[in-house]
Order: sequence, then C-alpha cells, then structure tokens
Amino acid sequence: MHIPDGYLSPSTCAVLYGAAAPFWYIALQRVKKVMTTRVVPLLSVMAALSFVIMMFNLPLPGGTTGHAVGVAIATIILGPRASILAISIALSIQAVFFGDGGITTLGANCFNMAIVGSLVAYAVYRLAAGRAALASPRRVAAAALAGYAAINASAFCAAVEFGIQPLFFKDASGAPLYAPYPLSIAIPAMMIGHLTLAGLAELVLSAGVVAYFQRTNPTLLTLTAPGNLAAEEEMAGAASPGMWRTVRPLWIGLALLLVLTPLGILAAGTAWGEWSARDFSNLRAREKMARASQNTAPPADPPRGLERLSSLWTAPFPQYAPSFVRRPAVGYALSAMFGSGAIILVSLMAGSLAARMRGKTP
Amino acid sequence: MNFFERTLASFLNAVEHALEAEELAKANGLLQRLDPRIKVIGILALIIAAAMAHKFWVIGAVFAVALALAVSSRVSLLLLGKRVWIPVLLFTGIIALPAPFVIPGRVLWRLPGLDWPLTAQGLLSARYLVTRVETAATLSVLLILSTPWTRVLKALRVLRVPVVLVVILGMAYRYIFLLLESARDMLESRRSRMVGELKGSDRRRLAAASVGVLMSKTLQLSGDVYSAMLARGFRGEVYVLDDFQTAALDWIMVAVFFVLAAGAFYYGR
Repeated sequence: MHIPDGYLSPSTCAVLYGAAAPFWYIALQRVKKVMTTRVVPLLSVMAALSFVIMMFNLPLPGGTTGHAVGVAIATIILGPRASILAISIALSIQAVFFGDGGITTLGANCFNMAIVGSLVAYAVYRLAAGRAALASPRRVAAAALAGYAAINASAFCAAVEFGIQPLFFKDASGAPLYAPYPLSIAIPAMMIGHLTLAGLAELVLSAGVVAYFQRTNPTLLTLTAPGNLAAEEEMAGAASPGMWRTVRPLWIGLALLLVLTPLGILAAGTAWGEWSARDFSNLRAREKMARASQNTAPPADPPRGLERLSSLWTAPFPQYAPSFVRRPAVGYALSAMFGSGAIILVSLMAGSLAARMRGKTP
Repeated sequence: MNFFERTLASFLNAVEHALEAEELAKANGLLQRLDPRIKVIGILALIIAAAMAHKFWVIGAVFAVALALAVSSRVSLLLLGKRVWIPVLLFTGIIALPAPFVIPGRVLWRLPGLDWPLTAQGLLSARYLVTRVETAATLSVLLILSTPWTRVLKALRVLRVPVVLVVILGMAYRYIFLLLESARDMLESRRSRMVGELKGSDRRRLAAASVGVLMSKTLQLSGDVYSAMLARGFRGEVYVLDDFQTAALDWIMVAVFFVLAAGAFYYGR
C-alpha cells in the first residue's frame, strides 16, 4: 500500500499533496493552538507507536501473518484529527528514513492511509458503535468493521490513483509512463489483497486492541464514544466561532475557484460522456464525440435509456445556461456560482439542523 | 517462523538499518560533506526529474548520476544492491511482469501455447516503471545514508516545513527506538515463558494485547515526556538552531545539481 516513487506521475503527486494539505493545515493549526498542552509529546510518541505497530506481524486465521497500518485503532483512541497527524508523521519517517514509500508519493500515501483511512474509520466506528456502552461487544465489532473498511477505502484510493495513470500519461509511442495498468486491472488487483489479507490484519488488530482496552483501561475509549465529556468538547470545538480561523483557507480556496469558473468556458468541446440525446443526431457533435473517444464512431441513434430518461428531469438551468441570459458565457458562470451556492446553503442548513438536534439529545 | 520471530526480526532490521545509516553518515564522502539543505534540495530535484522524464535514456542518465554520487560518498554498491536494487526489482519487477502482455500495442511476439501477445508498448512501460522506481529509490536511500536524521530535519526547515512538525518528527524518531526496545523486551519475555505452540486465536489475542500494552505505555510515556518538558521550562515555543555553514564545495554542488536536474527536465520532456 505504500506507493513508491515512480508509480504516480508528478502531477498526480502534486494534486494529492494539495488534497492532503488542508487536512494537515487544520490539524496543525489545532496543535499550535493547544501547543502548551501535552499535544506535542502525545503526537510524537503516538506517531512513533504507529511506526512500531506497522512492523508487527499479526497472526491471521489460516496460519499466515500480515502487517496492519493501525489507522482505525489510532482514530478510536485519539480521534480523527490527531490520527491524521500521527499516521502522516509515521508515514513520513518511513518514507524519508527507511525508504518505505516514496518521497514524491508521500502526499498520496498520507492522503490514502492517514486521511481517508482515519475519516472512514471514524465514520464507520461511530455509526456501527452507536451509543453502545464502552464495554459492549458491539464496540469490538464496530472497531473490526472500521479497520476493515478503512484499509479497503485506502486501498481503493490507491488503486484509482494507479488506474488513472495510463489514461493520462503515455509517451510518444503510447506506452504508459507510470503505473501501467488501467482501472479495470488496478482495482481488482489491489482489492483482492486488501479485502483478504491486509483487511483481515487491520480487522484483527482493531478488534483485538479495543477488546483489550475494554478489559484493562476502558477510559481510553471515551474520546470517540458519545455521552462523555471529552467527545462533547471536541464536538463543541468544531462548531464554535473559533473554527472560522481554521476553515478560512478552505473558504478562500472555494471563493477563488468560484471566481475562476469562467475559465471553464475556455475548455474545448464537451466533457467526455456528458452528451445529450440530441448530440447523437448533430453532425458536428458526432465528430467531437468520435475525436474524444479515440476515433471510435458513436452509435447512429442515441442509447434508448438516455433518450427515455432525458425527458424525465429538466434541470432549472438546462445546459448550464438559463434562457434569460443571452450570452452563454455569462450564463455558464452564473450557473456555476448558483450551483455552488446552493450546495453550500444545503450544507450549512444540514449543519445547523444537526447542531440543533444534538442540542436536544441529553 | 511464527509471528514472534517475524516481528522481532523486523524490529531488529529497523535498528540495524538505523545504525548502518548512522555509520555511513559519519564517513568522509562527497554527500556527507555537503550542507544538508543543498543535499535535500539537490536530491529532491533529481528525484522529481527522474519522475518527470518521458525518455528512457534520461532516467538511465539520472541513475548513472546516482551511482556516481554513491561511489564518491563511499556507499558500497553491494549495500545498495542489498538494500535497494534487489528488493525493488523483486517488488516492482513482479508488478511490472504482466505489463508486456496486458498493455495493448504493436505485437512483437506471441507466447507459445497460450498465444498471449507481447507488445512493444507493454515492454516499454514495464521498463519505464522499473528503471524509474530503481532510480528514485537509489537517490532517496543515498540521501538517508549520507545524512544524520537530525540534520535532515533541520534541512526541512528550509523547505518551509512548519517548526512544530519538525519538532514532532524529531521527537517521534527518538521514541521509535525506545518503543522498539520496549516491544522487543515484551515479546522476548513472553516467548521465554512459552512451552509448545499457541492456538491461532490465542496468538491473535496475544498480538493484540501486546499492541494494547504498548499503547498504554506510550500514553503514559507521553505524560512523562510532557512533565519533563515542563520541568525544563517548555512554554509552547519551539526553536530550532540553524547552524549550517556553506563552503565552496556546497556552491559547486548547487551548480552541479542545478545543471543536472535542468538537463534532465529539458531532455526528458
């Protein structure tokens, strides 16, 4: 799962560094804010522990052994934010010091394992554990599920990153420059190993450690269990006005993207696969489709399903250009801004609703 | 080999690796004499150049540069072969093995019996992958073997890595060895009390309990470390002493790295 240098193109690596950056930034801001508390040594030793855990050979059913990342157990004990940092640091030391995983691909590895892994583990664990008591067997099952889901989500991300390489990066003769296999091979090849061995290793570790703590030190499980002080504080922290400072870069980035939407007009042609039923009868549109599909001619008639379903729903802004706007460019930009605005509005409403509901529950 | 032996072997391997790196970092070679900032940036530029190259010979040339750097830094090629080339070839080679038969392209040959087509593009893509990975891995291992970890960390400050992160990375690295020792003692003492084989479920319980104990110890350790930091006057501010000095050799190597990387970028397009 540790992607070495050379498997991903530099542009993919840059995008994944970019995708990981806001998560690191927010987590680090939080660390800086509570710098005088015990967070620095805690994160340091937990990162060291993650590193050591990655070296454990776990005995698996069937007599084999396997390595685990330990992302689910780190998330359950530390919460997702600290887990993102601790696992990222462990991965950095592995890459820079032990040459396990590349330096250019460090962003990708952290994105897959530390970020996606921690977030999936957190969501699955919270959902599956519900409000079960700390000593309940349900928590062991939830931890097992969280570990299994987290590692498979990470593997899936890695598989997609591998699989898109031959689509975009080829040399003059058409030979893939980086990971050579398309999605149809990369996804099954990665997932078979992770749905079985690696997934099982993570499952055994997460369930085993949660069961162990239930017997010996259940207070360690309180952070990600609802109805306790620490978890409530973390939630309150997330909704407080101080949060504005940490999410500000994200809002600025979003605003920048909105401002830049007119750039989309400069892109030539229609996005591949985003054709309407009418395009199949239009000669010029047909030419464009063939060009975009490696000179494979589109079928003479639109696919029947597309034809039937296209009349089912007419979006308020068909073709991204409302009829009252004469110039399509202005309409395009307006539609993009309206669309993004609507999504933000719905998210804010859902957030405030969730906060209100949380306030009502005892 | 059971999980005890395997886990203990990987712990030992990590410690051995660290000792070996420390020894080599003390040697009097070219890379060891360079300012770590220049070394980190120069080698990173070469790794990126190798990753970006669209031509096979450019990747080969960067690999030759890596070899020259290794020889002039007294890193034995035998060690590189053992640490990098063979493991990478085994791992990436196996991944790349089906590529010549799977990637569509001009058919060169057909596998007798199975009639699988071997394509030129497939062969080329396998060659790209293996050489690129070998080159990048050699360069990054050279960086590690020629620089003590504390110096690498200080050099990261030049790359604008936040100081908090540098401190955490430094502390994490230090405690890795303490935790490795602690884990090793724990497993050794358990093994010395074992008669016969354990059942599969017992083995799993034992492994999970070992990780659990290690985690409890770690949390306790973090409390102790924090108390020690407070006792020494930690007030939440972190300072890193940047005591680097550049000599004429450093500036010559800046020029060399720049020319090599720029050449690789230009010809590799």
